[in-house]
Amino acid sequence: MTTNGTEPDGPVRIGAVVGGSLSRGLDVRLESAQAVEDVKVGTFVTVQGKFNRFFGIVTDLLLDSSDPRMASAIAGGGPALAEALSGTTAYSTASVTPMLTMQAGGEGPQPARSMPPHFANAYRASNDDVAAVFGSEDARHIWIGSPLDMEDTRVCLNLEEFVKRSNGVFGKSGSGKSFLTRILLAGILQRGAAINLVFDMHSEYGWQSTSESGYAAKGLKQLFGSRVSVFTLDPASSRRRGASTDYDVVIGFDEIEPDDIAVLASTLHVTDLGVQSCYTLERRFGRNWLLEFLGHSQEDLASLADSMGENAGTLGALRRRLSQLQRFGFMSERSTGGSAVRQVLEHLQDNRHVVLEFGGFGDNITAYLLVANLITRRIHTEYRERTEAALAEGRPQPTPLVITIEEAHRFLDPGVAGQTIFGTIAREMRKYRVTLLVVDQRPSGIDGEVLSQVGTRIVCQLDNDRDVDAVLTGAPGARELRTVLSRLESQQQSLMFGHALPMPVVVRTRAYDEAFYADMGVPGHGAALGTASTPSRSDLFG
Amino acid sequence: MSTAQPASSPSAAAGPALTAAESGLPKFGEVVEASVDRVVGQCHTLYGAPPLGTLVRVGSSLFAVVDGVSTAALDPGRRVIARGAELASESDVYAENPQLERLLRTDVTLTVVGHEEGGRFFQHLPPLPPRIHTFLYACSGAEVRAFMERSDWTALVLASALPTADDVLAAALREAAPEFDDPRAFLVQACRAIAAQLPTDAARLAAIMRRLPVE
Repeated sequence: MTTNGTEPDGPVRIGAVVGGSLSRGLDVRLESAQAVEDVKVGTFVTVQGKFNRFFGIVTDLLLDSSDPRMASAIAGGGPALAEALSGTTAYSTASVTPMLTMQAGGEGPQPARSMPPHFANAYRASNDDVAAVFGSEDARHIWIGSPLDMEDTRVCLNLEEFVKRSNGVFGKSGSGKSFLTRILLAGILQRGAAINLVFDMHSEYGWQSTSESGYAAKGLKQLFGSRVSVFTLDPASSRRRGASTDYDVVIGFDEIEPDDIAVLASTLHVTDLGVQSCYTLERRFGRNWLLEFLGHSQEDLASLADSMGENAGTLGALRRRLSQLQRFGFMSERSTGGSAVRQVLEHLQDNRHVVLEFGGFGDNITAYLLVANLITRRIHTEYRERTEAALAEGRPQPTPLVITIEEAHRFLDPGVAGQTIFGTIAREMRKYRVTLLVVDQRPSGIDGEVLSQVGTRIVCQLDNDRDVDAVLTGAPGARELRTVLSRLESQQQSLMFGHALPMPVVVRTRAYDEAFYADMGVPGHGAALGTASTPSRSDLFG
Repeated sequence: MSTAQPASSPSAAAGPALTAAESGLPKFGEVVEASVDRVVGQCHTLYGAPPLGTLVRVGSSLFAVVDGVSTAALDPGRRVIARGAELASESDVYAENPQLERLLRTDVTLTVVGHEEGGRFFQHLPPLPPRIHTFLYACSGAEVRAFMERSDWTALVLASALPTADDVLAAALREAAPEFDDPRAFLVQACRAIAAQLPTDAARLAAIMRRLPVE
């Protein structure tokens, strides 16, 4: 029963409701042998009640029998006996969790709080049903993929809602996180839902990168030209890859604050005492504390320790650890006037999207943590001030900002989530229009409180049980989703659920290919949707 | 256990011609006792009963399945005595004692499985039992196909109090199957109907199916 009856072959009936509960799911007795093998975990199902239509998802399949002694009874029976018993004494049921209710002629889908009656007919959801639930492509929705076995149907994601909360893309290595993230970033960019700041650890979002299968995926800069600025920490690496970058990032030692060191404590092996000493040092030397401290010779250190009332051994160890920072090519003794951080901020303010490439530093987690944290902290301050000022003066609030971080568990593990700015952003920055897009393969390493703030979760295949548990924490119907999640294919499939989606959905992610480029309106790849090459505030947001 | 064969052959003994309104096949007996669910008929010739499981038309509108055949003395008070002590073969007994044809009778018992009304077949009990002396006819192939197209009648056999109900049911299916173009499909469909009526007793279904010529 489709919404407008345009389905060519009519709705495909799979069976009827014979029992179940709202929490556990409806038991739908499958009608035919074909239905038994066609219906899969994750398949969308509509159930036609008398007054409402219910939209649900198959979460489990069960072979059942009305005769508990059947197994012994059929010993020695031939195929005819099997034929006689299938669908009569022996039957299959699908567990269908009702997710949404659609009232005839009423408003859009609502969360299901009631159930269809016994014997209500269950059908495979049609394209129209899916469109009614997930919306169709428009100014706010991007096409992100297709439901399983419904290759012609498009599941769309409401980007406006998506960027209102922090979001997560999880999955083990090689499961397609990067492609999904590219699609999300490009969608956000193209629809102007928010401004992106990407901490591009493996240099794969800004400029072209080659996937594991050898496919060259275009970066945002190639797709959107000057609307995207690529900053690099490693100009040599960027040049080698033939990437076009806009700015080389140089960070002055005087820009590093003790808070930044606190985040690095575990990677630099700095003790709590050492972190405390940093604050003392800052009080003593002021803004340029780090360089001053590193400039002390071993002998000077003893007298410094004396005068500060610190242990010379602690300071010595701290100096050794912190001196690692001097090896980073992007660190400079003194920041130039237009510091890189300032540049990033200005670009963001001008509604330009920023991708920060780490190049050769991508493998150095210390560099990644340091830079990401340092820049984000300034942004935090800036956005907070701008939002408060906008509120006070009744001006429109700044365009939402989405900060993409990879290896997020390093920033958000329970030990440091309290200190890093990312923990704060995940918890409260929604109010200040800054949210995170967390890309990670170890969600179990992320602080539970932060994870609970992740609005929309996009989960590719995960192997580790703890990761699966973590990612499903707090999700309604977690037990059923677990079954769905464990059946995901290793590539290009993901389970999405949370704030921006009306219900959980298993999606075959759309391909990141020429067709996608064309959709994004890239010159030379078909019709352009917008003027990608002439960006300005009014163009994008006017 | 009989092999499947046309229901008509054993009862095609001599007998008076049928009325035009009745089936093309000859009558083999008539009703001597009747209730809505069970009928007892007496055959017009000794040993003239159709085999177990044969679909029988009672008069013009009632259908029943042969669930038992018995032969005994016509007068229950006078027991049959052995007569073959001096004779060489069983047929000599009948040749020497032509009166036996008159002193013995063959009875059939029938389970009512449905009726016909205005050209439609109903696989449930008729509103009234047949009248005594209503003629009995073994159904033709066309009648078997028309009546057994659906398998709901099996419920009436399964529900009968007969200890031999399962054998009767299997016999009825065996008798009917050859009348269909695809006997196996007919049997499987009927067995599915039986399975639906025995949801908690797959063993009984399996036992019934073991009596059927179906793999």
